[in-house]
Amino acid sequence: MSAPLLGGGIIKGLAETARNFVGSYVKKDRLVTVQYPEERLPQKEAARNFPFLVYDGEDWQKGLRCVACQICEKECPPQCIYIVKDTVRKPDYVGKLQFQPKVFDIDTSVCMSCQICVEVCPFDAIKMDVQYELSTSDRFDGLLLRKGQLAKSNDYYRKIHPVEAAEVDGRFSAEKAKAAAKAKATAAAKPASMPAAAPAPALAHSG
Amino acid sequence: MVETMDQIFVTSKHWLVGLLPTQCQPVFSVILSVAAIVITFATLFAITTLLERKGLGRIQNRYGPNRVGPYGIFQPIADGLKALTKEDVVPRTADKVVHYLAPLALVVPVFLALAVVPVGRNMAALDVDAGVLFFFAVGAATELSVFMAGWSSRNKYSLLGAMRAIAQMISYEVPLILSAVTVIMAAGSLSAVKIVEAQAGYWGIIPRWYVLTPWGMAGFILFMIAATAESNRSPFDLPEGESELIAGYYTEYSGFKFALFFLGEYLGLFAVSGLGITLFLGGWHAPLASLGWIPSWMWFFAKLLVFIAAFIWVRGTLPRLRLDQLMSFAWRLMLPMALTNILAAGAWRFMPAGITRWIGCSLLVAVPYVLFAGALAGRKPLVKREYKYAD
Repeated sequence: MSAPLLGGGIIKGLAETARNFVGSYVKKDRLVTVQYPEERLPQKEAARNFPFLVYDGEDWQKGLRCVACQICEKECPPQCIYIVKDTVRKPDYVGKLQFQPKVFDIDTSVCMSCQICVEVCPFDAIKMDVQYELSTSDRFDGLLLRKGQLAKSNDYYRKIHPVEAAEVDGRFSAEKAKAAAKAKATAAAKPASMPAAAPAPALAHSG
Repeated sequence: MVETMDQIFVTSKHWLVGLLPTQCQPVFSVILSVAAIVITFATLFAITTLLERKGLGRIQNRYGPNRVGPYGIFQPIADGLKALTKEDVVPRTADKVVHYLAPLALVVPVFLALAVVPVGRNMAALDVDAGVLFFFAVGAATELSVFMAGWSSRNKYSLLGAMRAIAQMISYEVPLILSAVTVIMAAGSLSAVKIVEAQAGYWGIIPRWYVLTPWGMAGFILFMIAATAESNRSPFDLPEGESELIAGYYTEYSGFKFALFFLGEYLGLFAVSGLGITLFLGGWHAPLASLGWIPSWMWFFAKLLVFIAAFIWVRGTLPRLRLDQLMSFAWRLMLPMALTNILAAGAWRFMPAGITRWIGCSLLVAVPYVLFAGALAGRKPLVKREYKYAD
């Protein structure tokens, strides 16, 4: 009879659950449930689920960073990206001629959010979004995101992933500065026979 | 005024019955009683499902359902609509007739059992001389429905669940009835109404309820444990242990048939709680003489709600038992305790009133408990198992 009498543990347990029951009415911080549609937790910096396309400037059709190189399409493990390359170069938002994707679809019902497309993109054109309320009544067309739905501005990217976006912006401005310096050097190396060549205003991404 | 409120349902029933021609009156009277039982307890079932989910939520520091209506009070309606609109799937190889009848065979006896419980003064729908016996007899019929469900589903989980349920219910039927025997001995009657009447009056301010005697207290605790097991409530909900049996004998039930099983289970809980109140807690009697002005049926339902709260509390606290623990608890603790408790009740009957009777009867309950519980708990210590042939 060294063990406590049968039933003692039950009393202890009942006291504990009673404490929880009363405590949940008295102390609000016991109720940890976030009442989802009304209140949400702030999103973590690392949050990500489906990819989107970044564009610079105001007009998404002109400003897409994507040049339809199709690397992401080839790398995508579940093959959820579908790209049709445009046949002609079109001027982008700074007027530079670029290939653009004529069609860029991501089937989010297939996408497994692996982020490989983001990692392989040499142009920082595709990034991970944080939008998670994607439920739809149409599982075919509703979950197939078109180019227009995928295109989101660089400002949006800065908002959802500030650290990453700052890093990308920094890289772009460094490249721009380097290109500007190079252009200046070539301009200086050339004799004055070709005076006042325009100092290449259209140097890539201003961000 | 007090009298009117107390008897309001009885007098209004008499008035309604009196409106009809004489030859229709008996049938109409029965229909009214049945309708009252069905509506009251079905409503109580709806309220209980909500209270249970809310209470369990709070015990686990959650809100519980709070989406349908203010504070989620319309949740039972939403649940009911969902159950009604769901597809009723019957397995192709099932025994269709038995599969169909099983939920009915659960709900009907439970309503019959509820009929003998006096829910207020003059408010037992069926006042038979052997009311308690009738209750246990129809209560045992629920076991049949469980096995019907398990067998007819043609599913191994259903069958295993049903066999567990049968084993459990038969094992706990014994202490359930034996613990009720003490009250029948003391009251000298099998009629539920007479048993309640026998508990009328007060010793000073203390009500003359059987639970306030040593054997009554022990009998009450035994009865409630057995009642928990009989109604398949946690911690004795092995028959539907979802971790090992999906949902036990419910596995192949969906839609409204599942809802009927659910209803039957809760009604069984109310019925057995109602009997516990009748046998040990003075039925519809007020706990204090000064509170006698509150209608008797209110007291009954107040006590019933306390019971429901206690069941929810226990469900929120205890984990599920293992089958061997369940069985050894029934046969090695509950049964011997129920038998010695009958002895204590007999001693109480024949000893002269006074402090010696109290001490004597308390010892007759406490000493066997310590011994039996010690024997149950003090098993051989666990040792490392030696495998002779495996290596």
